[in-house]
Amino acid sequence: MSYLAHTADDRRRMLERLDVADVSDLFADVPESVRLGRPLRLPPGLSEAALVRRMASLAEANRGTDRLVCFLGGGATDRFIPALVREVVGRAEFLTAYTPYQAEISQGTLQAIWEFQSMMAELTGMDVAQASMYDGASAVAEAALLAASATGRSRVVALRSVDPQSRAVLRTYAAGRGLEVVEVGDRGDGRADLDALAAAVDDATCAVIVADPNFFGVIEAAPEVAEVAHRHGALCVAQVDPVALAVLTPPGEWGADVAVGEGQPLGIPLAYGGPYLGFFAVREALVRRLPGRLAGATYDARGERGFALTFQTREQHIRRERATSNICTNQALLALAASVYLASLGPQGLREAAERSLALAHAAARRIAALPGYRLANEAPFFDEFAVRAPVPAERVQATLLRHGLLGGSDLGEDYPERRGELLFAVTEARTEEEVDRLVAALEEAGA
Amino acid sequence: MHPTDRRYTKEHEWIRPEGEEAVVGITDYAQNQLGDVVFVELPAVGRELRRGEAFGVVESVKSVADLYAPVGGTVVAVNEALASAPEAVNRSPYEEGWMIRIRPSAPGELEELMDGAAYERHVQAEAGA
Amino acid sequence: MKTIFEKSVPGRRAVWFEPAREAAPADAVPEGRRRRTPPRLPELAEVDILRHYVAMSQRNYSIASGPYPLGSCTMKYNPVVNEAVAALPGFASLHPRQPAATVQGALRLMVELEAALCEITGMDAFTLQPAAGAQGELTGMLIVRAYHRARGEGGQRTQVLVPDSAHGTNPATAAMAGFEVVAVPSDRRGNVDVAALRARASERTAGLMLTNPNTLGVFDDGIEEIAAIVHEAGGLVYYDGANLNPILGVARPGDMGFDLVHLNLHKTFSTPHGGGGPGAGPVGVKDFLRPYLPGPRPVRLAAREGQEEYGLEPPSESSIGRVRSFYGNFLVLVRAYAYILAQGGEGLRRVAEDAVLAANYLAHELGPDYPLAYDRRPMHEFVVSTAALKRETGVRALDLAKGMCDEGVHPPTVYFPLTVEEAMMVEPTETEAVENLDRLAAAFRRVAEIARTDPERLRTAPHRTPAARLDEARATRHPDLRYRPGLSLPERDPQAAPAGAAAPPA
Repeated sequence: MSYLAHTADDRRRMLERLDVADVSDLFADVPESVRLGRPLRLPPGLSEAALVRRMASLAEANRGTDRLVCFLGGGATDRFIPALVREVVGRAEFLTAYTPYQAEISQGTLQAIWEFQSMMAELTGMDVAQASMYDGASAVAEAALLAASATGRSRVVALRSVDPQSRAVLRTYAAGRGLEVVEVGDRGDGRADLDALAAAVDDATCAVIVADPNFFGVIEAAPEVAEVAHRHGALCVAQVDPVALAVLTPPGEWGADVAVGEGQPLGIPLAYGGPYLGFFAVREALVRRLPGRLAGATYDARGERGFALTFQTREQHIRRERATSNICTNQALLALAASVYLASLGPQGLREAAERSLALAHAAARRIAALPGYRLANEAPFFDEFAVRAPVPAERVQATLLRHGLLGGSDLGEDYPERRGELLFAVTEARTEEEVDRLVAALEEAGA
Repeated sequence: MHPTDRRYTKEHEWIRPEGEEAVVGITDYAQNQLGDVVFVELPAVGRELRRGEAFGVVESVKSVADLYAPVGGTVVAVNEALASAPEAVNRSPYEEGWMIRIRPSAPGELEELMDGAAYERHVQAEAGA
Repeated sequence: MKTIFEKSVPGRRAVWFEPAREAAPADAVPEGRRRRTPPRLPELAEVDILRHYVAMSQRNYSIASGPYPLGSCTMKYNPVVNEAVAALPGFASLHPRQPAATVQGALRLMVELEAALCEITGMDAFTLQPAAGAQGELTGMLIVRAYHRARGEGGQRTQVLVPDSAHGTNPATAAMAGFEVVAVPSDRRGNVDVAALRARASERTAGLMLTNPNTLGVFDDGIEEIAAIVHEAGGLVYYDGANLNPILGVARPGDMGFDLVHLNLHKTFSTPHGGGGPGAGPVGVKDFLRPYLPGPRPVRLAAREGQEEYGLEPPSESSIGRVRSFYGNFLVLVRAYAYILAQGGEGLRRVAEDAVLAANYLAHELGPDYPLAYDRRPMHEFVVSTAALKRETGVRALDLAKGMCDEGVHPPTVYFPLTVEEAMMVEPTETEAVENLDRLAAAFRRVAEIARTDPERLRTAPHRTPAARLDEARATRHPDLRYRPGLSLPERDPQAAPAGAAAPPA
């Protein structure tokens, strides 16, 4: 397969125009000593037909959620994706455009970003959302950096119930900026230990990070967490599930200063972990400290409304080492997917998806807890993910489920040694009652 | 060409004495170089500035410039109007677009700055470079 | 055009869900935590949602519309077959927490991609985790930091050297990784000024960030000396892969003295930019830096019963930690690997040759109004300065760029690099046929002509595009960053002349 356009004759004519004998003359500046001097050791190029066969054989060596029923959660959620999302996102006009630096010929991308910002601000109840981040994890890390610069403090307090991968990315970013990260555990029932939190937060704390629902699926004592943060002048950073926000009070209502999260549930395929979408919303006062892109409405010379990137002086291409972040791309195409998803569902459809998830998850949890030897790990309210203690080791449960064509029950012990053997399940609106029956039956078999 | 009632810095700030105090802003040449000013960040009232210290930032759509104190002193007032109407810096850099009012700690420093004619030579040299 | 919110009618619906047969218990959501005010999301019939987005797509310029010669962005054709393979359910429907036994194909693909990237760059190992070039840079700089710390020199090596022509992400990244940025000037040929570099390299140097060919589009032939100076000072040499395209199969960063690199799969390896993302920014290192890589990393395990087996290797104790959730932008990796397989080793070298040929040809065809900023043979891109044209006509590079939009092509990058007055940075890429290069050259020459005959037209350009020139100052002075009923800007400026009347000069 070659995507090159020139014929041998084209190349000859171009070289003649340049008065150059051979294309190798154009590389004269590359010193002989650093040249490769041999062909790359890669297989010969493939025809399109052969390429498709090769890639299909790699794809067929996997068994995904198209063939297995997915009850896995933990940072990636198997939700239903309307056909309209793929239709729009696949359009080459969106797919193959660059970052909208020339606003006049990028109105499609810019308006899509502005509409995404609007929808995310609505959903989170915050004043302003930006154009998107790489993923939910880096959004948490960037939120901590924002809090540090806004408060001039350098101590970050994160609840341990925040997604472990987000906390890992937070630690990586924090090390660069020299921030200290302190973690606070739960009460044993999955909810924040507010006394321990109050003891950990001090006047040097820039941010308190809470997830709602948290990694165990538990609906957090989020308003109380925000109160502890504010008592010491720290910002409250909330990591939220965008679909859960259809039924839960949004962070803007319960006192968060920054709301971030993983946007993958909004119409983005599981895709073995990426590309995903981070969202990032703040109170008005923090707008100038936002990392990443921001689109704004304005008028053009004809008096028609249009959209342009704005507050660009925050960014690396202007402020260089003093920028709010080094981030340069957003995830425009995935923000577009999320917008089409939210427009397709509308407020009612999103609520239906959330209610159906809530109901199916609670039915599944109730029935699993009634199985001999099983119990729920946390006696606390949850949305659509919950942890279960099984009478047998996690590997045995997972293997039995897989034998029945079911994926589920990741072991919390991988990230929380004290919770070894606790199995995390997610039940979304994409599941059916029959699939829940199969899960319950397989768990019963595994526990026997 | 440049008002003669004030002094100038190489970084294109002006300072105009008013009794015990002095008013500071940026020159017409500076606002022209920046283009449409969209944001001005000013210090808190009461802050002590050393001569040459960065006290704020002026931003246009695609550039950022630091503001430097022409003389040392205490900030006694800032131009609050610039928060909602930063375009005043473009429209009226010498009057409406003033930025801070300070009480100089060493009034002698003022005399070391350029007058209008010297500043004009400085601008010519910079533009020709 | 209207926003989707302005098209919304309460009660309209598209996608809906059956309720579960058994409702959730009434107290499932704790009292006080149930949302009372639904989010004001748009409500439209499905066909109107489709039309809304189709109309928006038609207001976008893309590679599918025409040539896109943005310097430093490598806007090459994005093969459509890659979209087809990335959409295969065997890739797109994999949950990242699935057991390794069910994702052998995905792991194998990543292992093979890593091996190909090692061969192409001359590095020994890669992490595929970074989500974009800038995140790759951060990963790289954190590795530099971890390396010096492990040697007990973390407190001392606080400076990162960055050429003044570098992309803004380089200094921003160095700062994010906790370093002080020390700028290194360019010499008269556009290379790193070796004497200046020598003066700045010291026991405080943690490393140097460099792209080669550099942002001026020229190959820095002093690269071996540059690398030696930094190494002698005890620093590491970091390769920003933004400009790898023209040296594919010709030369490798690993053979030039670079210790670590990041690549932009969305540039060199043809994955689509998507209006600003997703990209992918894998980071490659020489063996001695392998322990610092983020993890987990896909690896080939010992073959079992004649079958290859793949798994995930946890990060080492010295790893800098995670930079992204899971394993990176997997579907971007799928596309990039498909591209490498389609090209093969020979094909990649052809890519480099044609990219360099295209840039040289276009530079030659632009004519006297677009002199090269550095009078040297460019590689895959070149920088011209329109300062003389500005002095003559008053027309700025920005105005020329806006004028090119009216000529039906995408303009080049303008005002970058910052070291060149009225800079235009042009990168045609290898996938544009010679007629397209001619068309681009004609557009450049045409706007230069208009600059002389009708400069006002360029100052108010563009005129034939979906939107006329936008008031970017207004967008920042009076921020309107989301839809607020009754408060957001109306579709037409109430203060503007009526639609259809001649637009007043800006």
